[in-house]
Formats: sequence, structure tokens, C-alpha cells
Amino acid sequence: MPKFTRRSFLVSTAAVGGGLALGLRLPFGPELVRAQDGSPEITVWVVVRPDNTTAIRVVRAEMGQGTITGLAQLVAEELDCDWNKVVIEYPTPGQSVARKRVWGEFSTGGSRGIRQSNEYVRKGGAAARMMLVQAAANQWKVPAAECTAANSVITHTPSGRTLTYGQVAEAAARLEQPKDVPLKDPKTWKIAGKPLKRLDTAAKVNGTMLYGMDLKLPGMLNAAVKDCPVFGGKVKSFDAAKVQGMKGVRKVVRVGDSAVAVVADAWWQAKTALDALPIVWDEGPNAKVSSADIAGMLKAGLDADQAFVGNRAGGDVKAALAGAAKRVEAVYAYPFQNHACMEPMNATVRWTPERCEMWGPTQNGEGAFAAILAATGLPADKVDVHNVMLGGGFGRRGSYANDYVTQAVLIAKEMPGTPVKMIWSREEDMAHGRYHPVMQCKLVGGLDASGNLAALHMRLSGQSILASVRPEIVEAQKGRDPIAFQGVFESGEHSFSYTVPNLLIDHAMRNTHVPPGFWRGVNINQNAIFIECFMDELAEAAGQDALEFRRKLLGNHPRNLGVLNAVAERIGWGKPAPSGVHRGLAHLHCFDSYVAAACEISVREGNKVKVHRIVAATDPGYAVNPAQIERQVAGSFVYGLSALFFQECTVKDGRIEQTNFHQYNSMRIAQMPKVETIIMPAGGTVWGGIGEPTICVAGPAVLNALYRATGKRFRSVPLQNHGMDLV
Amino acid sequence: MVRFSINGRTVDVDADPNTPLLWVIREQVGLTGTKYGCGVAQCGACTVHIDGAPVRSCAMPVSAVAGKQITTIEGLATGGTLHKVQTAWVDLDVPQCGFCQSGMIMAVAALLREKPRPTDADIDAAITNICRCGTFQQVREAIHAAAKAAV
Repeated sequence: MPKFTRRSFLVSTAAVGGGLALGLRLPFGPELVRAQDGSPEITVWVVVRPDNTTAIRVVRAEMGQGTITGLAQLVAEELDCDWNKVVIEYPTPGQSVARKRVWGEFSTGGSRGIRQSNEYVRKGGAAARMMLVQAAANQWKVPAAECTAANSVITHTPSGRTLTYGQVAEAAARLEQPKDVPLKDPKTWKIAGKPLKRLDTAAKVNGTMLYGMDLKLPGMLNAAVKDCPVFGGKVKSFDAAKVQGMKGVRKVVRVGDSAVAVVADAWWQAKTALDALPIVWDEGPNAKVSSADIAGMLKAGLDADQAFVGNRAGGDVKAALAGAAKRVEAVYAYPFQNHACMEPMNATVRWTPERCEMWGPTQNGEGAFAAILAATGLPADKVDVHNVMLGGGFGRRGSYANDYVTQAVLIAKEMPGTPVKMIWSREEDMAHGRYHPVMQCKLVGGLDASGNLAALHMRLSGQSILASVRPEIVEAQKGRDPIAFQGVFESGEHSFSYTVPNLLIDHAMRNTHVPPGFWRGVNINQNAIFIECFMDELAEAAGQDALEFRRKLLGNHPRNLGVLNAVAERIGWGKPAPSGVHRGLAHLHCFDSYVAAACEISVREGNKVKVHRIVAATDPGYAVNPAQIERQVAGSFVYGLSALFFQECTVKDGRIEQTNFHQYNSMRIAQMPKVETIIMPAGGTVWGGIGEPTICVAGPAVLNALYRATGKRFRSVPLQNHGMDLV
Repeated sequence: MVRFSINGRTVDVDADPNTPLLWVIREQVGLTGTKYGCGVAQCGACTVHIDGAPVRSCAMPVSAVAGKQITTIEGLATGGTLHKVQTAWVDLDVPQCGFCQSGMIMAVAALLREKPRPTDADIDAAITNICRCGTFQQVREAIHAAAKAAV
């Protein structure tokens, strides 16, 4: 079994003391680079230790999605190393900067971890294999073509001689890296593509896995923090004297304009003192905003003249709708939602005027690195970030959500030389999320006399994430946020799945003071509900079966049709369901994957919804680890159905009302449906994502089944607002 | 000063009597396998055994555990041998991010002591821990696997 232990984290944490130990160039040869333990680096992705262990470098963040295992499989596949002797090493952003970003992107979001780095990490593995083989051939003075490699052993086929990777690693590391690096045909994969066990399980069952919250550094203090509950508000004053004498309290500090922190020996002491600290807030201009105000603003956008076009086809949609034999119209709504990672936000920082380092969970080490540069003004070679296992991410710890990192740095700056671990309470985490954007949608469809969909107008009205976090992209698009159209866009990885003769999909951007963020699946969560529930409404108006109605619009979308047919067949669509059981289905193209779901539900006592079974299909092009894909699909349904049934962050007096899980519920095991996953990768040149795509199809599939069960269309989330419960 | 036993070791801790057991375990005893998730006994990430029964330690004042025997995730294995629940978790590759799993495993270990061959309904009633990654399908399978295991 490969080992991924607490020790490997401690080793990478220990690297801090020695500065850029990993990647330090030592005077052994022009190209030789050694890892921290002195083992030679063959390529930047591969270190071979003398005992034949292979250390594979990973810079994408592991938050449960299995990316370290999948990326290691891809490198190991091309390297032909012994999978049972694989360990993981984590280069830091500081090391990356010092080496001109040889490891590429650290950012782990948008389901990109594997799909966007697969090619260069595979080449890193393949090049290392070629160099190791060449080194053995050189030692034997034979042509490399006479040698083969498998399981970290090189064999000279004519003579039967063998050498291990460990035996030739030093020589291989001195060779020039080949330029032309062919990759294997995925059909021949033996390590990648297989349902291998994760590399990080052992430490997660005995309490030894180190999360940010668990960090202990010598002399470390702990901090609890409270930001102004109204977004955009500020600290007016606080009375530190009231808590200064409390047990363990070291310092009460202002954090930027809007927050206050207590630093104490123990976190519980810091939190207790913070709760007792009198703070006066200047709540600012948003102090009276409520959910009703925001809903009213979005509602007005549904019929506004100005809107950004995300997708247009055919002729004049409004004229086509006016001339339709039958018009169907519906308005849907999706709320703010908090990520609610199991591990609340936290970061541990040690600052001196000369150097600043952070230890903690981030989905983008380089993003945290940049946040520290901005907060300290230090040069890049005086800063570093040491990522640890994330207790969930889901986008909250992503590229543009480094708010908690900045806070931890500002607190540490008040305690020079002392490491300070800042942990948010769950209440702080609920109050200061980067929320799923709020959105409403008006759909108008026109059917011709034969019941064909002749025209469709989908008008989104609501919040833009990019306008908040990447305004330069929105500016470059003349005010449009392209990702508002995820799953219904004109082209690309989120392109619309249907061909409609007259089509208009547009977005009236209505931003709020509540900060939006990337929330697992991002805008596909609402867009899939909008389009896929409305397709069911249209099919009903046309007097047609929901599957048949869709199939007619999918002629140009064979991979959508493929996944949809797969789930329909497996669920038994068109055949009688068990008594009292109702079915629904949905599909989408997103994050370059094609996904579909079909479910079976029943409802008793009018409102108790049991989801018995969900069949999911995904076509991600390539499947690197089918076992982990199954887990991601089932897990995405837990996240998605929790959101569908229970989750809404409401706004009152400018602040979020929900404070903890008792008001922001999450599914439990009793509510878990049986999930059957069909993995049907179709190959091709594009690799699709895994972590997010399927999240969006469970909701509309269940909503469509719920209509068949109850006769009611539920057009707003969460369902608990309609009195519906998940049992 | 409160005295109790944790994973077979007697400890004396000097803490405010209202301090939740969770934070005493994490910050004073120094065992960080037990996690903070909510602080209001909702999520179960902080589950430990007190005299054999599963308890959400974030809502249990340390003063209430004087003289009691506490077991945390670090004390579940016997010597070098994993508890059968831990073994099933490894065999079925249950954890994703893993943050909730210490509490989940402790809750399941207590269930199996109470009901060695639990039905699905028993599992539904007893295991109410939150897992945001959504490992429930593997959790259920692993509970049944652990129940079938001899040790």
C-alpha cells in the first residue's frame, strides 16, 4: 500500500525552517536538483529515492475529491513505477515562484485539477521513464530501445539484466530531459483508469491526518475573529479592557477596517473572550437590506430591457414566441447558499518584518501566496504557503476567497515572531461566506402546432460572481459575465445541450451587497434546474413524454443523448414503476463533461419525500479512477440534495440570518438514496471534470419526479419553504 | 482541576469548568483527531466515547466528565491493531476529505457495540453525523462489512 501519512505532511511543514529546501540546486551537475531528503529529481514531477520509492509531486489541493490519487496514477502510469511504493510530495508556492512556476497552476477549482494538468503531468512521468531507461542503457552500454521498464525495474531484454529505478536515479537525473515525449494510448493503461484505492485513507481513520485546524507550532497562540455581521460595515469601537484580564487572553486586535480578534493561549479562551467583548459596529449603507429587497430587485430584472446575451440562435425569439401555437411561461428562483465546509475557515501565520509564512487549507496555494504578499508588502522570496489537507473546499477555499488568509496575516502582524492559529467559529463561517449567487429566471417557450419547441427565451436575473471577484473579465466582455450562463452558454465547456430554432438566453445582472463565490457546480446548480424543469413543463404542454420531447432536441448533441439514454434505460423509463414511485430525469453539459440523472421517489403524507434511487451517468472523456468517480457522483448528490431541500441563507438587516447547522441543515445517512453510477467515457481530445458536473442533475430530476408525485411544480429552492421534507 | 481517563491514561486538566470537553481534548490533552465542526452538537465531528457511550464532546462541559473513561479516535485501535470499523473504512475507501470521519467512526463503533448486526433502520436512527462530502453510501456499506467482520 502506498503511504500517505502524517509524517509526509510534517516533512513538508519542516521544510519551512530550511527555506526552499525542496528544489535547492546543489553543485553536483548542471541540471541536478535534489529533493529535501537528498534524492534526485528526475523531472519536476518525479523524485526517485534510493530505496526505489517514487515521490510524485502534486500542487493541486486535496479536499476529498481524490485529486492526489488521480494525478499520481497518471504520473505513475507513464513512469511505469511500482504503485505500491508511491508517496506524494507537495511543492510550495514559494518554491514554485523560485523555479519559474515549473509545476504550473496550483488552483484547484472548476473541476480542473486533473483535466487541465493531465497532459503535463503525464509527460513528466513519461520523460522520467525515458531518462531512467536511458541511464540503465548507458550503464550497460546497450541501446535504450533494447530495454523495457515495469514496476520501477528496467530490464535489458536480450540479456535479462535488470536495474531498479533507485539504482539509476542519480545518473538519470543528470541526463537532459527529452523534448519529444510520446504518451501511452489510454486503452493500454494499467494504473490510470483503474479503481485504485486512495493514497490518503490510512491517516483519515485513526485521527492522525493533519488539517489546518490541528496545526501546532512552537510558541503558537490562537485567535478567534469576528467580522462586522453586515457586509460592507466597519468596526466603530471595542472595549478591550473588558476582556483583557480574562484567562489566557494575550491581545485584542483590530483586523483591517471591519473585524476584531482576540489572541489567547487556547482557542476556546479566545472565543470566550471575543463573545464577551463589547464591539460597536458602523453597519454602513447595507444595514437595512433584506431578502425581500433583493428578490424585488431580481424580479424587476426578469422583464428589464437591458440584458447580456449568452446564447442566441435563429431569428427573432420574441416574434416567434408571439406566433407560437402554444406559449408556456414560468418563473424560477435560487437562493444564497453557504458552502459549510466541515472544517471552518482557518489559517496559521507567523510574521516577522522579514518573512511571513502560512500553514493551512487552501484550494489555491498561489492565491493564498498572493494574498500574503498583498497583506504584508514583502517580496515573493520572503513569503511561503504550506498547504495541508482541506476539511472540505467546495469553492470556499478557492482562488478568489482568500479573505480568511488575509485576516490571519493581519492578526499575526500584531504578534511579530509568534505563530498565530486563527479559527473561525461555525457562526463566523455562516456569517461570512462567499455565497452561491442568488438568481431568478423567467422562461417562455413557444410550441408549434405539432408540439415542437419553436422558440425559447430564458431570462436570468441576478448576481454575477465574476463582477465581484474578477471585474476585469466582465469588463473585457463589455459588462457580461460569461459564467452566469454555465450549462446554457453559446459555446465551450458549458455549452447548451439543445438545438432550438429560435433561442435567446440572456442575463440581467443584478448584484447585491452579499459577496458571491464559486460554490460546487457554481451556476449550473440553478441553470440546470431552470432549463431541465422547464423542459418537463414544455413536454407536458406538448402532451409528450419528457424523454421523447428532449430526444427531439438532441440530434446535434450525441453525447448528451448518450448519457440521457443510459440513465433512462437503467431506471426503466417508459416501464411501469413500483406502486407509489415516480420518476424524473435531467441532463447537462458542463465542465466539459456530459452528465445525466434519473431518479425514483415517493411522497407520503403529502410532504415526506423519499428519494429511493438515483441513476447517474457521466461521460468525462477519460476516467482516471472509476472508484473515485463513483464517490464523487454520490457525494455530489448529497451536496446538491441538501441544497435542494434545506439550504437558504436569508438576509435581514443586511446580514445572514442562519448561524449554524440547526438552521442550515445537511442530509444525513437516513436520507441517502441508493446511487448507481454509469461511467461512460467517450475519449476524444477533451478531458471533462468530475467533482462538480453531476451535482446539477439530481435537483431537477427530483423536482420533475416530485411534480409527477404531487401534481405541483416547485419552482423555488429550498423545498422546505414549500413544506416539503426529505426523509 | 478535573481528573479523567483518556485512552487509558489518567490526566488532570486545569480548565474553566464550562470549557467544552472537545477543546480540552484538542488543546490541553493535545489530541486533535477529534474535530470541531459546529459547537452545538449538530454535526457529530467531535464524537468521543464516555464510559463507552457516544457523546458529542463540543457540548459537554469538562466538569461533567470527572472520573470518567474517555476514548477518542486515537484510542480506538488496540495496540497496533485497527478497530474493525477502521479496517472496514480502509477496505472500502470511505473517507473523502476525512474531516468528519473521526466522529463518524466513533459513532459507528458505539453502534456496533450496542447492536453487533445493525439493520439499515438501526443505522439510520443511530448515525446522524453530517458529512458534507457525502460519503454515506460507503459509510453504510462499511458498517455492514464491519458488522460481518470477526474482530
